[in-house]
Amino acid sequence: MTSMRSGGEPPHHDRPDRGLDAGAMVDMDHAATTALCDEAREAMEPFLGGAGRKGTRHGNPSGSHALARDALRALDEARESVAAGLGCEPGEVVFTSGGTEADNQAITGGMPPRSGSPVCSAVEHPAVLMPTEALGGTVVAVDRLGRVDLVALEERLADPGATAVSVVSVMLANNELGTINDLGAVADVVGRHAPDALLHTDAVQAAPWLDLPVRAADAGLVSVSAHKLGGPKGVGALVVRDGTAVRPLLLGGGQERERRGGTHNVAGIVGFAAALRAVVRDRAERAGRVAALRDRLADALTGGIEGVRETVGPDVAACSGAPGDRSHLLPGHCHLLVEGVDSEELMLVLEQLGVCASSASSCASGARAPSHVLAAIGVMPVSGGEDVAALRLTLGVDSTDEDVSRTVSALGETVGRLRDHRGRRGLGDDESVRPGAADASGRSAG
Amino acid sequence: MSGGVDSSVAAALLVEGGHEAVGATMKLWGGESDTGCCSVADVEDARRSAAQLGIDHHVFDYTAEFEAAVVGPYVAEHLAGRTPNPCIECNRHLKFDVLIERAELLGFDAVATGHHARVVSGLDGRARIGRGRDIAKDQSYVLYPLRGEVLERVLLPIGGLTKAEVRRRASALGLRPATKPDSQDVCFIGSDDGRRRFLSQRGDLHEATVVDELGEPLGSIDAVELVTVGQRRGLGLAGGSQRRFVTEVDLAGRTVHVGPQESLLVASTRLSAMVWAYEPVTGEVLAQCSAHGSAMAATVEAGESGASGEAGESGERDGVVLRWEEPHRRVAPGQSVVLYRDGCVVGGGIAEPG
Repeated sequence: MTSMRSGGEPPHHDRPDRGLDAGAMVDMDHAATTALCDEAREAMEPFLGGAGRKGTRHGNPSGSHALARDALRALDEARESVAAGLGCEPGEVVFTSGGTEADNQAITGGMPPRSGSPVCSAVEHPAVLMPTEALGGTVVAVDRLGRVDLVALEERLADPGATAVSVVSVMLANNELGTINDLGAVADVVGRHAPDALLHTDAVQAAPWLDLPVRAADAGLVSVSAHKLGGPKGVGALVVRDGTAVRPLLLGGGQERERRGGTHNVAGIVGFAAALRAVVRDRAERAGRVAALRDRLADALTGGIEGVRETVGPDVAACSGAPGDRSHLLPGHCHLLVEGVDSEELMLVLEQLGVCASSASSCASGARAPSHVLAAIGVMPVSGGEDVAALRLTLGVDSTDEDVSRTVSALGETVGRLRDHRGRRGLGDDESVRPGAADASGRSAG
Repeated sequence: MSGGVDSSVAAALLVEGGHEAVGATMKLWGGESDTGCCSVADVEDARRSAAQLGIDHHVFDYTAEFEAAVVGPYVAEHLAGRTPNPCIECNRHLKFDVLIERAELLGFDAVATGHHARVVSGLDGRARIGRGRDIAKDQSYVLYPLRGEVLERVLLPIGGLTKAEVRRRASALGLRPATKPDSQDVCFIGSDDGRRRFLSQRGDLHEATVVDELGEPLGSIDAVELVTVGQRRGLGLAGGSQRRFVTEVDLAGRTVHVGPQESLLVASTRLSAMVWAYEPVTGEVLAQCSAHGSAMAATVEAGESGASGEAGESGERDGVVLRWEEPHRRVAPGQSVVLYRDGCVVGGGIAEPG
């Protein structure tokens, strides 16, 4: 199938030319990934080699000669840097291929899996949920904002008839909603009812914004990923606090103190460390600036476009903050529900108007599965039988005031266009092509 | 772009023709199938073809719409003892309805597909669906629900090529699907056994008695819902001197009637749910009863609900009677019958019993 627009006719609207200029797009999807920061790029450069170049630092840190020792020194320095940024000892850092591997290793305990049963919250990333479910673990409910339900957690941990708990995994901040958990409170519950269980937190989304040495201090296992905080893709770490036994997932050369086999991704690890140093240096300033931009964005969109509301905004009843207080969210997150539009079409038109965002659909008919996160917080919007699209806008350190303005105007135009189009089709009345509404015989000559 | 050779070459021809084209793959099916339809591999093939042609590529998720408009009705029709054509329903409700609407929303003038058929100018100067150049691969039959006003927004770039020419073009362009095999008839179900398994997961299949013209039982079959009028094989009948065909399926009575080939022949066929390219047609036509069947001479007479021959507001006239020039094999109820005049589709409808 190919759709096309012929050359001569004037288009219905301005549309970016093909050979899409990614640089001209507003990136409102920083929670998906971030650009490599200058600090990381510069730090990595000597480790990337280059044909015919002498003096590159391409050694394998597991060797013993001069080149290897040079790489090992870089690895040690990076490890110290990362440990300082995450609030642990260098020996507690296990470098991995990223957040998913770190999560898998934390939940399973490595190869073979540790005994006992894992427990996690219902809004965890699939990298936690799937290994938890694969090991027959328990998924615990969350509240309307996406925070783990401490009473439900307590019930599971205190249940004398249930399997012993190996690890409790509660993410520091949710990737879709941006909601932050109070890990201290979680640790209290675990300590009281399952003192032998480990506490793991997926801090992948939180790491660019929150002070992990404080906010993740109660977790014995912490996952982070470099590319979410200005580092390269394909590298991350699992913090394994002293005394916690973790076996490797990848069996091999005994690297990372027998906790992760495989030659080190030296350039990636060095870039990760440099990016994390920059985060630690600028975190407070970044968080304040980006939160102000996000607040302006959220206020303009919810105040300016009919039928747009914040999914977990300050007006949600479970939120105890003052009016307009979004301190329960990461600074960059703005999660919205948009009534009367199709989620996929919302993304397509928004992209045409120059904004990259992320969606999770939620369909009134239930035919198109909503995100597991929205389902867990009980947001299954039905509004007059119409679709409600979920839209995640996430700002980053490079977001600007102009990005916010462009997003506000693009989303306003997008929603208007989609609703007009739907109105012209008369979809409010004739739902013959909507899921669940087709003629049972399938022969209505639509 | 399905990831197959036809739609890849269709996209190539658009690009060569100077169109501003964007590739789209419709993700229609997320369920289990034998075919791997809408698989990750197919989407990758489509995406690679688009990249080779220098055009953008999207994947549109229409699984819910496909379930509602194609798969659900397919199952319901079978369980009602009829023989549906899901490809036609997909064209009617998906490719040339929701997709064309989305294309318009995104500012595109037309949707092009890799069907072997042509949009031609009829003798009256109006756009119509004509047969593809490669008669053996002609797909005009499955495009009959496209009305005149929709045809203005449809391009069928490969309709003027034979399948061999399409493959040669693909090879010359180095497109990956050049040597991919042709696709299945029902994309979400593979083999015949797949159909049985598929339907049994979604409804009850019932045993039935097979009887001859005199009502004498000849044997039994275990799923009356899978039997089609005109069918000869798979009835579990002992081989005899005479070949027997299904002449009627009595779902409620759990009975399958069989008889010799002559007993299948009828003088006329009633059609319902007529769709006309433009105004309703009466008089001589050629009528085709399956995707790759031959078109036979017949005369269209206005049916009961459309005795005046007047079209309703939507351009429909619900029913007609098709009087065959020569006695014709009974058409399985539920099958589409497509009417041609001067080599172009003028309309079509669904065969009714009797």
